Amino acid sequence: MSTLAIDKAGPTRKLGSMSRDRAWALRWSYFFLVLFAIFFLTPPLYMVITSLKSSAEISAATNPWWVFHPTLSNYVELLTSNQFLRFFWNSSIISIVVVMVTMLISIPAAFALARMKFWGSATLATGVFLTYLIPDSLLFIPLFKMLAVIQEFTGVTLLNRWYVLVFIYPTLTVPFCTWIMIGYFASIPKELDEAAIIDGASWLQTLLRIFIPVALPGLIAATIFAFTVSWAQFLYPLVFTTSVDQLVLPVGITTTLIKGDVFNWGQIMTGALLGAAPPLIIYAFLMDYYIAGLTAGATKG
Amino acid sequence: MADVVVEQGRLARAANSRRKGTSLRNVLGRKSTVAFFLTLPLILLIGLLVLYPAFFSLYLATLNKAMTKFVGLGNFTFLFKRETFWMVVKQSCIFAITAVIFKALIGFIVAHFVHNIPGKKQRKWRGMLLVPWVIPPAMSTLAWLWLFDPSYSAFNYTLSFFGVGPIPWLGDTFWARFSVILVNVWYGAPFFLIMYLAALKSVPDQLYEAAAIDGANWWQKMWYVTLPMMRNIIAITTLFSLIVTFANFDIVRILTSGGPLDTTHLFATWAFQVGIQSSDIPLGACVSLFMVPILAVAAIFILRDVSKRGNEA
Repeated sequence: MSTLAIDKAGPTRKLGSMSRDRAWALRWSYFFLVLFAIFFLTPPLYMVITSLKSSAEISAATNPWWVFHPTLSNYVELLTSNQFLRFFWNSSIISIVVVMVTMLISIPAAFALARMKFWGSATLATGVFLTYLIPDSLLFIPLFKMLAVIQEFTGVTLLNRWYVLVFIYPTLTVPFCTWIMIGYFASIPKELDEAAIIDGASWLQTLLRIFIPVALPGLIAATIFAFTVSWAQFLYPLVFTTSVDQLVLPVGITTTLIKGDVFNWGQIMTGALLGAAPPLIIYAFLMDYYIAGLTAGATKG
Repeated sequence: MADVVVEQGRLARAANSRRKGTSLRNVLGRKSTVAFFLTLPLILLIGLLVLYPAFFSLYLATLNKAMTKFVGLGNFTFLFKRETFWMVVKQSCIFAITAVIFKALIGFIVAHFVHNIPGKKQRKWRGMLLVPWVIPPAMSTLAWLWLFDPSYSAFNYTLSFFGVGPIPWLGDTFWARFSVILVNVWYGAPFFLIMYLAALKSVPDQLYEAAAIDGANWWQKMWYVTLPMMRNIIAITTLFSLIVTFANFDIVRILTSGGPLDTTHLFATWAFQVGIQSSDIPLGACVSLFMVPILAVAAIFILRDVSKRGNEA
């Protein structure tokens, strides 16, 4: 009788302890997640806090984590400054053109590499992936010299012009976009495009009517990637452009708002925040596509 | 046999002459021709703006400063004799290896915490924790620079309440190296988090159930189920991050510009200082070429893992 009672009590107690364990695991998870969230979100929050302070409050060295007299004067000043708007404009136009160029190059190429087996197609696909692994810091010096040589020979001004970045940035965006588009295109069932070919569709029609609509999520992920990469690029514009009216946002903020030893921190933080806004807004609305693009590199293909 | 072929050829030619212009259309319509034209822009881009500069950089590295004379390996031997160069090599290795290890560890741990909590809330947390990766690194590094500021440092202000004296975040060699790595970990850990979370979700629940039935404890589940299932993603992510971290430029450039006394320079920032700022292009090209061996090794391993994944699928 007593053994029976123990046997009965055994499993319930074990179940209870297990769910208690799980509850504790959950509590600890939240605790550590909060700690990590503080670590991850401190710099952006500090940007917001500082951007709301006047320079008088910043130099008064009061509690840096709190705004005592919030003001939007930094925002007003930057958004009415022609120089800052020029940086913003340069960044936007470059990023948008680069996204379009990237798509025009990588979609047809990915289509060909995913569906048409031709001589060297496998090698080319591998080559595309390897190109993605070549960092910008390896190529900026030869590219700089190349541009200087071409400029000398043809007389076309290339250095210190923002439009040259439109030709350079695709080297960073096209390989990855092609790579993930190959993955998305390859996952489309063959029957779909075979049916289209039987119905008399040309290659171009198959691409436009079947592949692009079906692989639209991949296309959006690739577009977001191309945009964020060109928006954030810092090294190439730093090397290739120097005049104030040719700079893009990251370089413009670091070179013009920091004048010698004078750091106008309120404005620098506001500028940095405004510069971070477009990628953050895209991320906020299209988070799933963003993450799909991020993980596609290793999980597809 | 030969007759038949000739006959067919003649027939084909006759057919062609009957409908003029179709031969051109045939060539254009052929699959390999279409494929060639579709990939041509890609090939041109890679050839002209990636491969050509890469080899051009090899050529540049063999010239003298004025780029008028061929000096062979002169630039390389010159670098080998400079103390700064060896410091850059050392610092690049310290920076890349330490940062990647911490990024991988933090990513792995946080991925488990996020995986633990119920599904609905996971999205919110994941969204919040990925923010450092979304902000352009040049912008977020400015925020760190301000947090580290010598006179108004928010960190030192906070630490003073705990009785910890002001730390020279960017002024002292040790602390500058620490800060640079810290910012890189902060920026890169979310990437690992997302990759590992995706990998964790792809492990089938049955495996854990089977392990639980066999009486496996937490460590055994981790060691025999989770890690083997995630092995490939861990390898690819780590190698990829190693390349990116090794070639890092933005963070060090903005935070310390290589200082104090060149002790935080990486290959990229030193190549920029030598090649662009001091306009010794050949020497700069030479410095950046030293990144190639480690990049090549990592790339070979990544390629092996990626193609292995392809075969499994």
